[in-house]
Amino acid sequence: MDDYIIEMRGITKKFPGIIANDEINLQLKRGEIHALLGENGAGKSTLMSVLFGLYQPEAGEILKNGKTVRISGPNDATRLGIGMVHQHFKLVHNFTVLENIILGVETVKNGLLSMAGARNQVMDISRKYGLDINPDAYIQDITVGMQQKTEILKMLYRENEILIFDEPTAVLTPQEIDDLMKIMRGLAAEGKSILFITHKLNEIKAVADRCTVLRKGKYIGMVDVAPTTKEELSEMMVGRKVSLNVDKPEREPGKTVLDVKGLIVKNKATGKNSVDDVTFQVREGEIVCVAGIDGNGQSDLIYALTGLIRLDAGSALIGGTDITNASVRKRGLAGMAHIPEDRHKHGLVLDYPLAYNLVLQRYFEPKFQHGGFLRYNEIYSYSKTLIDRFDIRSGQGVNTIARSMSGGNQQKVIIAREIDRAPKLLIAVQPTRGLDVGAIEYIHSQLIAERGKGTGILLVSLELDEVLSVSDRILVIYEGQLVAELNPNEVSYQEIGLYMSGSKRRAAG
Amino acid sequence: MNSRLKQILSVSNSASVLSSLMAIVVGLAAGFLVLLVSNPSQALGAFGTILSGGLSDRKNMGQVLYTATPILMTGLSVGFASRTGLFNIGASGQFIAGAYCAVLVGVKCTFLPGPLLCLAALIAAFIAGAIWGSVPGILKAYRNVNEVISCIMMNYIGTYLVNFLIVRTVFDSLKNQSTRVADNANMPKLGLDLLFREGNNVSSANSGILLAIIMAVAIYIILEKTQFGFELKACGFNKDAARYAGVSEKRSVILSMVIAGAMAGLGGALLYLAGSGKGIDVLDVLPVEGFNGIPVALLALNNPIGVIFAALFIAYLNVGGFSMQLFNFPPQVIEIIISIIIYFSAFALVLKGVIMSIHGRGAVK
Repeated sequence: MDDYIIEMRGITKKFPGIIANDEINLQLKRGEIHALLGENGAGKSTLMSVLFGLYQPEAGEILKNGKTVRISGPNDATRLGIGMVHQHFKLVHNFTVLENIILGVETVKNGLLSMAGARNQVMDISRKYGLDINPDAYIQDITVGMQQKTEILKMLYRENEILIFDEPTAVLTPQEIDDLMKIMRGLAAEGKSILFITHKLNEIKAVADRCTVLRKGKYIGMVDVAPTTKEELSEMMVGRKVSLNVDKPEREPGKTVLDVKGLIVKNKATGKNSVDDVTFQVREGEIVCVAGIDGNGQSDLIYALTGLIRLDAGSALIGGTDITNASVRKRGLAGMAHIPEDRHKHGLVLDYPLAYNLVLQRYFEPKFQHGGFLRYNEIYSYSKTLIDRFDIRSGQGVNTIARSMSGGNQQKVIIAREIDRAPKLLIAVQPTRGLDVGAIEYIHSQLIAERGKGTGILLVSLELDEVLSVSDRILVIYEGQLVAELNPNEVSYQEIGLYMSGSKRRAAG
Repeated sequence: MNSRLKQILSVSNSASVLSSLMAIVVGLAAGFLVLLVSNPSQALGAFGTILSGGLSDRKNMGQVLYTATPILMTGLSVGFASRTGLFNIGASGQFIAGAYCAVLVGVKCTFLPGPLLCLAALIAAFIAGAIWGSVPGILKAYRNVNEVISCIMMNYIGTYLVNFLIVRTVFDSLKNQSTRVADNANMPKLGLDLLFREGNNVSSANSGILLAIIMAVAIYIILEKTQFGFELKACGFNKDAARYAGVSEKRSVILSMVIAGAMAGLGGALLYLAGSGKGIDVLDVLPVEGFNGIPVALLALNNPIGVIFAALFIAYLNVGGFSMQLFNFPPQVIEIIISIIIYFSAFALVLKGVIMSIHGRGAVK
C-alpha cells in the first residue's frame, strides 16, 4: 500500500440535485503517469477540485504516503506538493516567463526582489527536464506550447511532486503534443507522479501507465493501459460500444455551392489582415475542412462568410447568388446554415425556451407567423417533431429553458434547427467542441447524412482526428492564409501539423 | 403533455406573484419599524391609515386611480425596456417632454374642436416621448453609448429645456407653472369622478387610467404575441444570437427605446390632462414620476400586466400616506415610509429566485 503517493478513497461529493462523485477511488503511484479518463460531466474536474482543496467531500479520505491528510484549500495542496496545470493557463500576460514562474514565491533580499538566484534555479530545472524556454520573453509574445512549459516550470520551481495536467493537449499542435508527451515521460522518470486528465484515447495509449475511468460520477474501474485496447477504454468511458471510425460512403461532389474569391478581413486593432486573400470553393455533397491552430483567422473567415462582420475585400457566392455584402437574413434565405463556434454566444438565446430556439432562424416564415403575430401552435408542433426526430432530451419539452439543458443537447438543438432549414451550404464551426464521444459520433453521422443529401459542408475544426476522419478535402489555414489543400487519405498527422504550424506550405488550389 | 405545460407555467407564474406579495409584506414590516422608531404612540394608527387610506372612502379610491395613471405609464416604459435588455432610466426626461408637448397643444391649439384637441395633445406627447427616447437608442445602436448615461443626460436636458420653454410659451407667472389647458384638452371623465366621490367632493379620477391599462395590454401583446416582440426579447437576452439569427439589433434597440419613450411621454400627458388643474411647475427638479416607474417595473417583474397592479399598489400607498398627516407625522417621514416600502418591494426579483430554488430543491428530493 505504501507505494501510493496519493490515494483517494471513497470520495463522495454531492451538489444540489446531483452526485458529482460517488465513492470514487484513485491510487497514484510514485513516478507513474496516471490517466483520469471520462466524458464531460463524468466528475473528473470535481475529483481534482477535491484533491486541490477547492471542494470538501461529504465522504471519503485522502492519503498521502499512506497517511490521512486534510486538504481544506489550495494552500494545503501546495504544501503537500500538489501542483496543477489548468486547461486555461493562469499566467500574467505582460510579465516575463521568469517573473511568472516566481510569482508568489519571490526571493527577497532586504525588501528588494533578488532575481539572480531564482533565475539560476529556473534554468537548472529547465535544463534538467528539457523544458527550453527563454526566461525573458513576455508571455503575450510566446506560443501556447511555451506558455504551457512555463506553467510546468511553475510547478517544478515550487518543488511539487504530484503534477496534475488538466486536458493539456487541447490547445497544442501535433508536434507540441509529441513534445509534451516526452516531457511528461521525463518527469515521471525523475520520480514525479503525474495525473493526466483527458478524454483522448490516443494520448492515454501513448503516455499513460495506468488509467482510472469515471462515468456519470461513478468509479468504473482502473486498468493497466498497455494491455487494454482503445475500444475497451472507450467502452468503459461511454458505457456502450462506440464506433471510433466514421463510416463515410464515397461520393462525387456536384456543382459549386460556395465560391469565395480573394477574401480579406482586416483586424481593426492590429491593422493586419486576419483573413488574407482567401480563395476556395465548396461543392455539393462534399465536406471541406478548414484546419488550423486556433487564432489563425478561422473565426474571422467564418464571421465574414456568415455576415457577422464585414469583409474588406473579395467576394462570396452561394449557389450563384452574390452574398458578399448581404445581410445575415439574406444569406440564410440564399441557402446558408451556420452551426456557430460558440453555441452560448451566437447559437442560442439561452433564456428562451427550447421551442423558440428551434424556430430562431425561421420564426418570420409565413408558417410561423401571420400578420406579425406568432403562430404558437405551429411553433410548438414543429418543435415537437424536431425534438422527436433529433432525439433532443430536455426536462420540460418545448418549454425547457435552453440554459438548463446539457451541452450535447444544446448542440443538438442548433444542429436540428440548421439542418432542417434544408441548406445548400452548411457551415459548421467546431460542432463537436466540448462534447462527449457519444454526441460526437451522432454529430458526425448527421454531417455525413447531410453530405449524402448533396449539401455542401464547410467544417472548421481544431481536432485533427475529426479533420482526418470526416472531411473530403482539407484546407490548412495559417496566419490568415490558406497554405495547403490536402487529401485526407494521403496525408499524415505530422504532415498536417507542419502546415498548421507554418513550417511548410503549398499553394492551395 | 399540454396539462404538464400548464402546470410548469403555473409554478413559475405563481412564484412571480408570490414573490411580489412577499416583497410587499417585507416592505410594509420595515416601514412599520420606522414608524415605531419615529413616534411609537402613533405608529399603529398611522400604519393602519397607510394600509386602509386608499380604500377609506370613494374619493380616495378615485385618487388612487388618478395617482396610479402616470406611474403606470412610466413603469410600463421601464419594464418594456428591461424586457428588451435596456435600462431606461430616462423615463423622467421622456415624461416631461411628453407633458410639455401635451400642455402646449392643449393651450395653443384651441382651434381644434371637442375631443380632437385632447387626441392631438396625446399624440404630441407620444411623439415627444418617442423622440426623447430615440436619442439614447440611436447612440446605443450606432456608437455603443451606454443608455444609462445618455438617458440621465436626456433627463436634465429635458427638464431644463421644458422649464425654459414653459416660461417662453405657456407660463402662468402667478403660480410659477404652466397655464391651464383648455377644458376640451383634458381626458374625458366618463363619469369616473362622480363614481368616485365623497359627498360633493369629486375625485380626480378620469379616463386616463383606462387608456393606461389599454396601453399595458397592448405592450403585453407586442412582447408576448408578435414577431416584433420575439425579436426585441431575443435582442434583450442575447444580442449576438439575435444578430446570428438575422435580426437587426440596431433597429431593435432604437425601436425599443422609441416605444419606451412614447409610453413615458404619454404618461406625462395623462398627468397634466387629468383635469385636476395641475400645471407643470417650473422647478429645477426631475419629475419623480419617471423614477417611480423603476420600482413599479421591478415590483411587477417587468410584466406589463403586473405593472397595472404594481402602479395601483404604489399609488394606494401614496394616497394612504397622504391621510397619515392626521397623525402629526411630518411629511418627510411619510415619504421615507413609502420609499422604504417601495425599496423593499423591489426585492421581488431576489425573492423569486429564492422561491424557485426552494421549489427546485424540493422537486429533486
